[in-house]
Amino acid sequence: MNISNQEYGELAKRISPPSAMYKTIPMAFVIGGGICVIGELLLNLYQMAGMDMEQAGMLTSMSLIFLSALFTGLKLYDRLAQHAGAGTLVPITGFANSVVSPALEFKSEGYVLGLGAKMFVIAGPVLVYGISASIIYGLIYYCFKTFGG
Amino acid sequence: MDMFMEYVWAFLVGGLLCAIGQVLIDLTKLTPARILTSYVVAGVVLGAIGVYEPIVNFAGGGATVPLTGFGYLLAKGVREAVDSNGILGAFMGGFTNAAVGISAAIFFGLIAALIFKSGSKINET
Repeated sequence: MNISNQEYGELAKRISPPSAMYKTIPMAFVIGGGICVIGELLLNLYQMAGMDMEQAGMLTSMSLIFLSALFTGLKLYDRLAQHAGAGTLVPITGFANSVVSPALEFKSEGYVLGLGAKMFVIAGPVLVYGISASIIYGLIYYCFKTFGG
Repeated sequence: MDMFMEYVWAFLVGGLLCAIGQVLIDLTKLTPARILTSYVVAGVVLGAIGVYEPIVNFAGGGATVPLTGFGYLLAKGVREAVDSNGILGAFMGGFTNAAVGISAAIFFGLIAALIFKSGSKINET
């Protein structure tokens, strides 16, 4: 059979994604939802231990990040991610994984420009755009507050 | 029963946010880095216009654990900081509220990278 690259691309696109999507989306839903349930569980535990909502929320994030770093180090998080897709990416544990994973991988290139710099390969852009968006919101909010609204 | 429903909502809302991410990956070829960035920025926008707060109130961890929750936290921090510090607050609030998350990721990330051996996952299995 003689087909061009473009035709092949279209063919591959037509055949591959739908066959996977009925599996990937429910997996992302269940595993992502599960991670959120663990978060909810920790949130309640910390509040029962006498923390206020804000402290409990921060400690929950910290705990999830710790667990994610541990499981990334043990190579278990990436194995789960192969099945979970966005289910392990979208929760805060995915953010932590995106920090630990390149740090570990590029350790061999040195502790400063390898581990230290590569740590922010994904977290960097997230902070650049997240923090900038929040600053823009702060400026708009300030203008509304002072000049009207 | 109330307690139980709380977990059901956390599961459903958190699951839905992840499923949306998966749809984006499958249909648009967005890379993981772009998904994470978009989720945080979307969280800032949704937090700013006041849509995300009600979701947090009833879904708890289902709304705060996904990265949109991180964005919401940035917006909330900025609003509070502007309220108490004026325009300077726009440059304070985001980092104030994200401090624990960022510090934890850096510190635990460093420890994990120092302790564990790097190695391809393929060799492991």
